[in-house]
Amino acid sequence: MASSASNSLSTRLLAGERLALSRMISWAENSNSRFPEALEAIWSQVGRATRTGVTGPPGAGKSTLVNELCALIREEERTVGILAVDPSSPLSGGALLGDRIRMEDRTADAGVFIRSMASRGSHGGMARSAVDAMDVMDAFGMHDVLVETVGVGQAEYDVVAAADTVLVVLCPGAGDGVQAMKSGLLELADVIAINKCDLPGADRLTSDMTEAVHLRTAGRDLWAPPVVQCSAGKREGVDDVLAAIKTHREHLKEQLDSHRRRKRIQQVRQVVGERMEEALWEEGDLTEQVEALLRTGTTPYATASNVTQSLLQTARVNQAKGIQA
Amino acid sequence: MSERRIRVLVAKPGLDGHDRGAKTVASVLRDHGMEVIYTGLHKTPAMIAEIALQEDVDVVGLSILSGAHMELFPRVRKELVERGMDQVLMIGGGIIPQDDMQTLESDGFAKLFGPGTNTGVIAEYIQTEVTKRWAASEAKA
Repeated sequence: MASSASNSLSTRLLAGERLALSRMISWAENSNSRFPEALEAIWSQVGRATRTGVTGPPGAGKSTLVNELCALIREEERTVGILAVDPSSPLSGGALLGDRIRMEDRTADAGVFIRSMASRGSHGGMARSAVDAMDVMDAFGMHDVLVETVGVGQAEYDVVAAADTVLVVLCPGAGDGVQAMKSGLLELADVIAINKCDLPGADRLTSDMTEAVHLRTAGRDLWAPPVVQCSAGKREGVDDVLAAIKTHREHLKEQLDSHRRRKRIQQVRQVVGERMEEALWEEGDLTEQVEALLRTGTTPYATASNVTQSLLQTARVNQAKGIQA
Repeated sequence: MSERRIRVLVAKPGLDGHDRGAKTVASVLRDHGMEVIYTGLHKTPAMIAEIALQEDVDVVGLSILSGAHMELFPRVRKELVERGMDQVLMIGGGIIPQDDMQTLESDGFAKLFGPGTNTGVIAEYIQTEVTKRWAASEAKA
């Protein structure tokens, strides 16, 4: 029964039904047990969309810029899927998702689909849901998928790092260039947009960033992220940002497949990790073993080494048996 | 395995510039662990339904203080049904006379809340109703 539900949902999605697209994203974010099968059914259609991750500190103007980028992309007759990730409250687990307020002129456009997603605070779970949602939008046939998230924390990094191109949005008045350098945003960036470029301090921030990029990439075989000024609110310079994104995509061209495969390896690694952990601790044996060791007075690290060694040994023995058979 | 959370759209239909109530309710629902999407002001029924679809919400809550509820509420409902979102729990609140509340509640709206409603009551109502609906749809699947 579950199988027919996922089949019909994927069929409806591939037929272009927006409700099916929406529902399958819900399956992804709820870790619905029917999702893996549904993804399998649409997998042949995944990989056509270009994926851009947009990140930066709160208030830098990410949503506004995404909205304007979307408008430009639509002028090229390309369809756009937008995923806006906002943090969940660590206290209640709830969330107020407000990014789409700044994208409201896109609501009436049938070539655009905007989805808000709460981070739900689970370790790595959000990154997986977000990648799944991007895959679903891709299979639906969106030409461009943009994912937007606040640039704080590992989980948020993982989300944008799954994109082909990472756009980091900064603005003057939110700390100097050193702040951006120490937050690690720069290592992630393929394009750096200095938004609100009409505000005082924009030129200084731009030259700081250009210098930081130079320090990191000069003389090394690394992509040097272009630093582009724009004012999304005034619709200025957004075309330059889009052009820079396209230049990076052009640069990736030959390596795009291997680039994407590297990111898929990360995804698989994460899922394997989660499943292994579940499988290991599900039956109480391991917990009992740990408890027994702790009772003899061993430290947590010694206990962990002991458990890891014995697990690896069991795995090797089983592998050897498998080879013999 | 499932990590489902209640998703609510809080929407302001029509020409009505007052959203302190909507924002209050949105914050309260967030504090009750729900994921709340707020539309901002001045939305048409079609826009609200389209956002509800894209966000795949369990609940659409309309807030209105302009007096146009008898015109706008049924139109939102119609737009939702046209998009296949007929399972959504529809609620509303604002300055709505008792008679109108009853009419709307017999016409597809699950519940309307007037001024002075304890916000916790709204959250509890949503939790109870959505849980029921989830159980019913699970049973069907």
